[in-house]
Amino acid sequence: MKVLVAVKRVVDYNVKVRVKADQSGVDLTNVKMSMNPFCEIAVEEAVRLKEKGVATEVVAVSIGPKNAQEQLRTAMALGADRGILVETDEQLSSLAVAKILAKVAEEEQPQIILMGKQSIDTDNNQTTQMLAALAGFSQGAFAAGLVVEDGKATVEREIDGGMQTININLPAVISADLRLNEPRYAKLPDIMKAKKKPMDTKTPADYGVDTASKVKTLKVEPPAERSAGIKVGSVEELVDKLKNEAKVV
Amino acid sequence: MGILVIADHHNSDLTPVTANVVAAAKAIGGDIHLLVAGADCQAAAEAGAKLEGVSKVLVADNAVYANQLAENTAALVATLGKNYTHILTGATGNGKNFMPRIAALLDVEQISEIISVESADTFKRPIYAGNAIATVQSEDAIKVITVRGTSFDAVAATGSASIEAIAEVTDAGLSSFVSEELAASDRPELTAAKVVVSGGRGVGSAEKFDIIYKLADKLGGAVGATRAAVDAGYVPNDLQVGQTGKIVAPELYIAAGISGAIQHLAGMKDSKVIVAINKDEEAPIFQVADYGLVADLFDAVPALEQQL
Ligand SMILES: Cc1cc2nc3c(=O)[nH]c(=O)nc-3n(C[C@H](O)[C@H](O)[C@H](O)COP(=O)(O)OP(=O)(O)OC[C@H]3O[C@@H](n4cnc5c(N)ncnc54)[C@H](O)[C@@H]3O)c2cc1C
Ligand SMILES: Cc1cc2nc3c(=O)[nH]c(=O)nc-3n(C[C@H](O)[C@H](O)[C@H](O)COP(=O)(O)OP(=O)(O)OC[C@H]3O[C@@H](n4cnc5c(N)ncnc54)[C@H](O)[C@@H]3O)c2cc1C
Repeated sequence: MKVLVAVKRVVDYNVKVRVKADQSGVDLTNVKMSMNPFCEIAVEEAVRLKEKGVATEVVAVSIGPKNAQEQLRTAMALGADRGILVETDEQLSSLAVAKILAKVAEEEQPQIILMGKQSIDTDNNQTTQMLAALAGFSQGAFAAGLVVEDGKATVEREIDGGMQTININLPAVISADLRLNEPRYAKLPDIMKAKKKPMDTKTPADYGVDTASKVKTLKVEPPAERSAGIKVGSVEELVDKLKNEAKVV
Repeated sequence: MGILVIADHHNSDLTPVTANVVAAAKAIGGDIHLLVAGADCQAAAEAGAKLEGVSKVLVADNAVYANQLAENTAALVATLGKNYTHILTGATGNGKNFMPRIAALLDVEQISEIISVESADTFKRPIYAGNAIATVQSEDAIKVITVRGTSFDAVAATGSASIEAIAEVTDAGLSSFVSEELAASDRPELTAAKVVVSGGRGVGSAEKFDIIYKLADKLGGAVGATRAAVDAGYVPNDLQVGQTGKIVAPELYIAAGISGAIQHLAGMKDSKVIVAINKDEEAPIFQVADYGLVADLFDAVPALEQQL
């Protein structure tokens, strides 16, 4: 079976972003960009499915600027067989991304689509579930374990009070939580090989998707800063402050 | 036209966040209906009927909704929801699972995890792990929204709404429930607790986490942890606080052996009072702490427990 894996180019998780003075967004000039950490986990899972003989081909897809090629090359260095870049300089809504991915899925006919559970820039946590709805597929969101057998997937999911296990029909869209696996590092020869793997470039228009958003960002502000408090010298002083100053105990 | 709030519940009771979501609905303004979709969920419906501001509780009581499988819940709400201007639920594990599916079925965008209501179509939400706050305005005919519970004060349980059963049953036939493993605990729920005591990698092992539990119990609080502590197997993963874990905002947050990575701060920096105990005086956690104690946590935490 074919596995499709969606990867997003985002600000590296180590970067502390700053809001622009004109409140139009965050300043992304000269900021390090990487593959969304949850997408790395999704790629790893897809590659493991191939290594186990469950998947026959792993196709990585990204929707974003030209430079998102870098993240697709990373996915290929990790083991994806080919890449599809849907090029756009617009910042798309999750719904638009899901609509494009639904069209890619229609074309590629994967049995499993792996994605990250949320992207660390917009923190939306929506695209997987939206894509599943649009494609009419089942969903396994926040997966911490995945077993594919007999045309079905058993997904262990992280839920608020613990873990849930569900059985879902294929085709399915599955989103990776942090503990699904530990992604490998790409080795130099694999990085070299990845450069020769095929990559298609398309646009949202090729798929006939209208990407106009009904949600406008009016402004982006820094959060209320917490001012650093004081250092206390001892447990006794801490207890005294908590009782008499903060009055929380 | 009005607002549909989807209850977060365990069939036999409502989870506290539902009262916070109703508060967000009240801030938007309009007639508020509460949907309880579950199985044998009459008790949750009755608790919902008491929430101030709710005029009617809709109960979809059927085995297909027992485990809140996203496919079935979404199919139900995508039909029901067409009669409302806003559909709200908590940004909980369940809400995050079914809500975007509802939005896509209604062909509208979702606004995730709002922290304030500016007007009926304008909301604030954190992005980049809380390092920026975006104000967004939606022109969608139906606004599908998840709400960060800790940002809204819960409504009182003094109301008396009517309860109405919904006959419609949709089984999408795409998924089935196998099992659930819930951590049994007598401690308050992490996201609703007044006090949270969290431990990080500095605690060192599952056994040594005992001192964190003891301090939490002394204070009647919940226990939290960093991702590093969870990954190392010191505590179960549902205790993770942060960007990708739970968001907490208790009266008192005590962080022991936690460095203060931005992903962790994203989950706790709205706490009223933050105490940090760390042996490294340069640890970034001290930049957000009201009271910082540079000390070995194995001395300080037990001493704190004794002196409180
Ligand atoms: C400050 C700011 C303002 C913005 N304002 C607007 C605006 O006004 N209008 C607007 O339309 N958009 C806007 N955006 C962009 C938009 O919110 C996101 O880019 C979009 O929502 C897609 O990512 P997500 O966070 O929804 O993904 P999530 O649902 O959080 O991501 C889950 C998974 O989906 C997959 N995925 C998501 N996006 C892609 C992708 N591009 N390619 C491949 N896979 C993907 C990945 O597997 C990812 O791990 C803004 C973004 C920022 C930071
Ligand atoms: C995509 C992504 C999402 C993430 N999401 C989250 C999230 O939701 N929540 C989260 O917490 N993290 C998250 N992380 C991880 C985060 O980046 C940090 O790695 C993590 O929070 C660090 O945990 P820590 O503070 O316990 O460990 P460390 O950073 O190792 O800090 C341990 C601290 O303990 C102190 N210490 C050690 N021994 C003692 C002692 N005896 N007494 C006192 N102090 C002591 C040390 O000085 C140190 O400051 C995420 C990371 C990524 C990439």
